[in-house]
Amino acid sequence: MPPQDSFPPPAAHGRNARIGLWFFGIYCVLYAGFMGLAAFSFTTLAQPVAGVNWAILYGMGLIVAALVLAVIYMFVCTRAGEHADTRDGEDAK
Amino acid sequence: MIYGTSFTAVAVFSLFVAIVLAISFYLGAKAKTASGYYAAHGGIPWFVNGIAFAGDYLSAASFLGICGLVAFYGYDGFLYSIGYLAGWVVALFVIAEPLKRMGRFTFADALDKQFNSRGIKLAAAISTLVVSTFYLIPQMVGAGTLVQPLLGFSHEVGVLIVGIVVIVIVVTAGMVSTTWVQFIKGSLLVVFCAMLVIAILARGLTKAQTEWAGPVAPPTDRAPMPATGGWAGKPYARYPRPDGGYDLYRLEGKSATRAQAVTKLGKATFINGAPLGTGPGQASLQPVGHIQALPNGVASTGSVGPVEYLTAFADSTIILWPAEKDPITEADGGITTIYFQKPTPGKNLLVPGAYPPFKGVRGDKLSDKLDFLSLMIALFAGTASLPHILIRYYTVKDQAAARKSTVVGIASIGFFYMLTLYLGLGAMTGGTLDPTNNNMAAPLLAKSFGALPFAVISAIAFTTVLGTVSGLILAASGAVVHDLMTNVLKVNLSDRGKVTAGKVAAVIVGGVAMVLGIVFKTFNVTFLVGWAFNVAASANLPALVMLLFWKRTTKQGITAAIVVGMLSSLGWIMGSAQAYKDIYHIDPARAHVPFSQPGLVTIPLGFVVLVVVSLMTQGRAKAGVVAPTNISERLAVEDAESREGGEA
Repeated sequence: MPPQDSFPPPAAHGRNARIGLWFFGIYCVLYAGFMGLAAFSFTTLAQPVAGVNWAILYGMGLIVAALVLAVIYMFVCTRAGEHADTRDGEDAK
Repeated sequence: MIYGTSFTAVAVFSLFVAIVLAISFYLGAKAKTASGYYAAHGGIPWFVNGIAFAGDYLSAASFLGICGLVAFYGYDGFLYSIGYLAGWVVALFVIAEPLKRMGRFTFADALDKQFNSRGIKLAAAISTLVVSTFYLIPQMVGAGTLVQPLLGFSHEVGVLIVGIVVIVIVVTAGMVSTTWVQFIKGSLLVVFCAMLVIAILARGLTKAQTEWAGPVAPPTDRAPMPATGGWAGKPYARYPRPDGGYDLYRLEGKSATRAQAVTKLGKATFINGAPLGTGPGQASLQPVGHIQALPNGVASTGSVGPVEYLTAFADSTIILWPAEKDPITEADGGITTIYFQKPTPGKNLLVPGAYPPFKGVRGDKLSDKLDFLSLMIALFAGTASLPHILIRYYTVKDQAAARKSTVVGIASIGFFYMLTLYLGLGAMTGGTLDPTNNNMAAPLLAKSFGALPFAVISAIAFTTVLGTVSGLILAASGAVVHDLMTNVLKVNLSDRGKVTAGKVAAVIVGGVAMVLGIVFKTFNVTFLVGWAFNVAASANLPALVMLLFWKRTTKQGITAAIVVGMLSSLGWIMGSAQAYKDIYHIDPARAHVPFSQPGLVTIPLGFVVLVVVSLMTQGRAKAGVVAPTNISERLAVEDAESREGGEA
């Protein structure tokens, strides 16, 4: 019986971790920007934009951004796993 | 406020509980082994696990607490939504896959995988117990809050009902039944809240036609009562009612607005001077939450879209019902709190800073701003450190499933958090708010749409508490049996013995949770959860992250980081102004720490302690246990070892 964690293959682990850290970094910047505005320039967040204000737009944007990054991450990691699988197979030949 | 027992709600709630218990007993047969009891044999489908993540995570704090905060203070409640959701980014991008690879039943397994250290196991187990307990408190408080208006029982009875049902769920089938309960609860919560938001948008915003919203003329047929004692010099006039009590008015120049007074004398409660009740000579609070003026002077917006709703809200005048800062002491010793109308521009409620703990963002005091930042950092870092979330990664078969289930979790949780803003604003303007209890805002919002929505939403809120509490008790039970008894104390238990011990531990932890739920009943549930996130992030995150990403991490460093992070955050909380005010009831100005949320200091402290102790103990690290150079190499080595083990 194969080990339960045999997928994704080992070659994908490091790549997944690196991609994850990049995405994490991107989100950290977005989140830090929001926290900074809320703490030190809340009047900026009160400015109207697109029918609402920056507080609403930025806050909702952070939630949507998390989902978008998560979906991209899943897609990229799955493809990375498939490529690694293929390469492992070619190496074996 | 008296809500009246809703028999529809009781029937729906009873049905939900019956279904949940039936599932638990049906699935009980699958939990005879430790692997089945604690990790569902790793056989939960990833989509089910993803929704169960939502069920686990969308606790009483998310549903009752956030909606309540938005309903009372506007955007500040939504800040919690943003922070809670952001925490999943850490969970997905940093923690999920490695944790799945490295653990079996508990997160102590993952931390200890390459060290086999009793110190790590002990520290991680204690940390799990502390964080689970902190997180359990608001869930039980939420349970008591709900049962009071719904079933007519006291807060204490509500806590006992939920505690007993949850213990039965956990004891019968462990993680298997807990997962399915959370799946059902997560699905119901998201779907019904979406329906509620659709109803809010379809109803739109309507200007109130009631004496409880805006200026009115004081009575001319009665003379006001004399303003003696604590009432002297206050801008209020009391007009006696023939059947007892009085009508209270707040005087503002030549006009007046209606106000409400709640007096506590011993265990008795009086509303506007009359005993609380619905009989003759008794009184109850008037439901509040109205719009005084809409843009362009219209009476109603009619159905609107999500953006139009917010635009119209921003241009409206909303009547909030805050409490007067200084209660009045009556001649008989009773303490009277006055709730009064405060017309507020909607746009002021769509930016941070209305909620008292967040007021600092609109001021200049640096410590207040740091307090806010500290909480937001704790929310960001805390999710990936919560024991009941971490153990859910062991219920799926592999890392890909762990990743997919996290994405499903983020989608459902994120969608729900977007709804919370509309739910809260809908409650703020729906005319059904209880000015004394913000935790009831969401169920009361549903009540404004009819008895059945109220019954269903209340029952879902109950199930919300059941799901989250069962996950927390299971995590705590695993820490006691798997980490403390088996790995630290080396108690020789058979596989069945572990399951039995886990069930006994679940009963004990459940009992403790019930007691704490009664002791802390006056706290806002979201605020309490904020503290739990601080402790979780301070104690667990530095150890988890550094183990994965710093090659020189030692077992002494991990143990020290957990202990210091946990103790420093707990100590900070206990020494904070908020604790002085709400727990010890003494002057908050005497607090020992500059702001209430510790994460800004104690999370970095955990990292620093780990690095310093690890560097100091490098020489003591045995050859072969020091990690490879980076995470990819380390994971590759582990995988190779795993394969060799499998082939052997």
